[in-house]
Amino acid sequence: MTTGREEFSYDDRISRDFVVATLFWAVVTFLVGMVIATQLFSWRFNFNIPWLTFGRLRPVHTNAAIFAFSANAVFAGVYYSSQRLLKARMASDILSRIHFWGWQLLIVLGALSLVLGFTQGKEYAELEWPFDIAIALLWVVFAINFFATIAKRREKHIYVSIWFYIATILTVALLHIFNSFALPVSFLKSYSVFAGVQDAIVQWWYGHNAVAFVLTTPFLGMMYYFLPKAAEKPIYSYRFSIVHFWSLVFIYIWAGPHHLLYTAVPEWAQTLGMIFSIMLLAPSWGGMINGLLTLNGAWDRVKSDPVLKFLVASILFYGLATFEGPLLSIKTVNLLGHYTDWPIGHVHSGGLGWNGLLTFGMIYWMVPKLWKTKLYSIKLANVHFWMAVVGISLYAIALWIAGVQQGSQALAMDTVTHRLKFPDFMATITAILPYYQMRALGGLLYLVGAVIGVYNLYRSMHGAVQDEKTSAAPLSGKVTGKGHRFFEAVPLAFTLLTLLAVGVASFISIAPTFLASDRAIVDARIKPYTPLEHYGRDIYLREGCYNCHSQMIRPVVAETLRYGAPSLPQESMYDHPHQWGSKRTGPDLARVGGKYPDLWHFRHMADPRSIVAASVMPAYPWLETAKMELGDLSNKLQVMKHLGVPYNDDEVRTAAELAAAQAKQIAANLQVQAAGQGSFVGMEDKEIIALIAYLQRLGKDGVKP
Amino acid sequence: MNIVFILLPFALLLGLGFLGIFIWMVGAGQFDDLETPAYRLLFEETSEETKKKGNASDDNGT
Ligand code: HEC
Repeated sequence: MTTGREEFSYDDRISRDFVVATLFWAVVTFLVGMVIATQLFSWRFNFNIPWLTFGRLRPVHTNAAIFAFSANAVFAGVYYSSQRLLKARMASDILSRIHFWGWQLLIVLGALSLVLGFTQGKEYAELEWPFDIAIALLWVVFAINFFATIAKRREKHIYVSIWFYIATILTVALLHIFNSFALPVSFLKSYSVFAGVQDAIVQWWYGHNAVAFVLTTPFLGMMYYFLPKAAEKPIYSYRFSIVHFWSLVFIYIWAGPHHLLYTAVPEWAQTLGMIFSIMLLAPSWGGMINGLLTLNGAWDRVKSDPVLKFLVASILFYGLATFEGPLLSIKTVNLLGHYTDWPIGHVHSGGLGWNGLLTFGMIYWMVPKLWKTKLYSIKLANVHFWMAVVGISLYAIALWIAGVQQGSQALAMDTVTHRLKFPDFMATITAILPYYQMRALGGLLYLVGAVIGVYNLYRSMHGAVQDEKTSAAPLSGKVTGKGHRFFEAVPLAFTLLTLLAVGVASFISIAPTFLASDRAIVDARIKPYTPLEHYGRDIYLREGCYNCHSQMIRPVVAETLRYGAPSLPQESMYDHPHQWGSKRTGPDLARVGGKYPDLWHFRHMADPRSIVAASVMPAYPWLETAKMELGDLSNKLQVMKHLGVPYNDDEVRTAAELAAAQAKQIAANLQVQAAGQGSFVGMEDKEIIALIAYLQRLGKDGVKP
Repeated sequence: MNIVFILLPFALLLGLGFLGIFIWMVGAGQFDDLETPAYRLLFEETSEETKKKGNASDDNGT
């Protein structure tokens, strides 16, 4: 029986647009990555220009990797596959266009704001509040369009890819909104509502789930669509793909605390994060095997078809990354690997291996379809493939070695004297500089491969660009009466189901942090920052010092010998947001206060090499000439007070005067310490003074008697 | 402590709702057939292909 088929066409222009955007941002993201990789072994590439220092460019790179490269790739894949799986054109072409152009504008302005130093100072979530709101709005536009398309679908069964997309859309919205809770001071300045331990948990709950729901679930959805398509074989086990989906949705959300092992986060939360992280291995590897077995009987084609090559390699890297993740979540391994470059290697096995190769494979497959042409050159595609695979392998291997080496050197103890084997921090960095270079070489190969790929694809993009026409019977034509409504409700049910699964887990895992805040450990020794210190802290955020420096001493002997007493949870209770950091390219700063005289910092910030010859830290000479703007300091403190930091009204009102008085004192200290060498007249209103005030305060309250 | 009194009932409610909808979903038949969807994916056709085949196809007709 042939029910009336409806003729319709797919909106392929939106997929084409996102494909082009993905390729463009891929090159930009990789380029910025190359710059910061180079800066780590050659400080001169910081160029002594504020906008180009490591601390500002690294957030540009990480945000570009997430929001520009990966997100555009996801949108390209989702718009292409969803329309075909749902047998329906996107509900609204206008919403699709708004989504596309809004997103690209957001990326450009966002990158600009980060370079200029507007940042929330939260790792992987640096963009200031107006951008957060823009992201949320555009995401809603995308969600409405997507769910409306599901509602008008002509295929009753919802293929597993769509579920992965649904989970992505809902969870990202939830995470993003939660993590972005901030109180604005001005148009481009705000403070995280959360502080210290709470902030760290919310932050890594977000950070980890950004990996899960931006870099994993949508890409799995795309894998389950494009792999069978390219292999021209059904997925090995569709049943398993559904198990894969539900188990990921349930387990992933609990794994966040594995970023906070050995920190001031409650022990049980750490253990929870560890157990769930290890559990993730099972569904992840099941998914990998499911993907690989799909190619049974088609392996000969993998040799000749670049698309399949990319997809297979990408799935193997998915396996590698999802093995490494649980491994790094085991406490003992984490002790060694955390704060080193190993996690950086891990995230690139995921980002460049899994996401990158899958994206390119998918695009090599889509472009001939979307432009109705043939690929310009299979040979070039193969060159791209091998450069990419060799590049990312070099990258990962280099940082495994670097990470293990740095971790073991940092923790190494002399068994006889019970002292640190490598008390000089820089020893742990100079030893891995060759691996930093090897990593940069790997990145360069990957970048050149990508440029070749973009050229190849660009040359292929000449053809008829018409929307693909098709036909299908409407659902309503087949299902009558009560059943009709019933089937329409199914996508809604899935939606709710996913939301609930994620929501329950999230709330239960975050709740304890609020409870902890209700029971805030009363420690009278811990006082809020003075107005000047607070101002200095804002400079610390602006320059992105947390991209190299941690502020969290773990309770192990080697750390306490190197840095001092372990960090206490209450020590960061006024830190909106926390600055625990996640990587030590420089030493931990949690107890740097009082370690050196003011003058030491003054000279060190202006030119680190004048004090530590081998230092790779950027120089910050502009802090000596930039004037403090104390005008809205009262507003800032007011916001902090509002967030529960115990400033009194007098302090808030006279913040600027208090700051100026303390600055004068520090400038006078400098003059004394310099003992006649150099004059510090006129220095008392410069930014460097505030930064020194902040650094000299760090970790002092917690070790008071 | 106030936050517990919001969170706990909320979490419980969510959990119960989740269970209900899951049962409902199974009843709705989304999980009944876990074989054909994998194959159906491979048979997307454009209008031209349908016409070439003389419009003989039927979509998993009921
Ligand atoms: C590229 C990474 C990097 C960035 C970004 C960076 N640093 Fe450093 N920092 C280092 C390294 C490496 C060292 C160790 C060598 C040295 O003392 O210069 C260091 C040392 C320090 C020290 C001395 C710590 C000690 O215990 O001896 C301080 C203080 C410091 N940095 C402050 C800052 C501040 C403030 C910023 C932001 C304005 C910053 N750093 C940005 C890498 C970095």
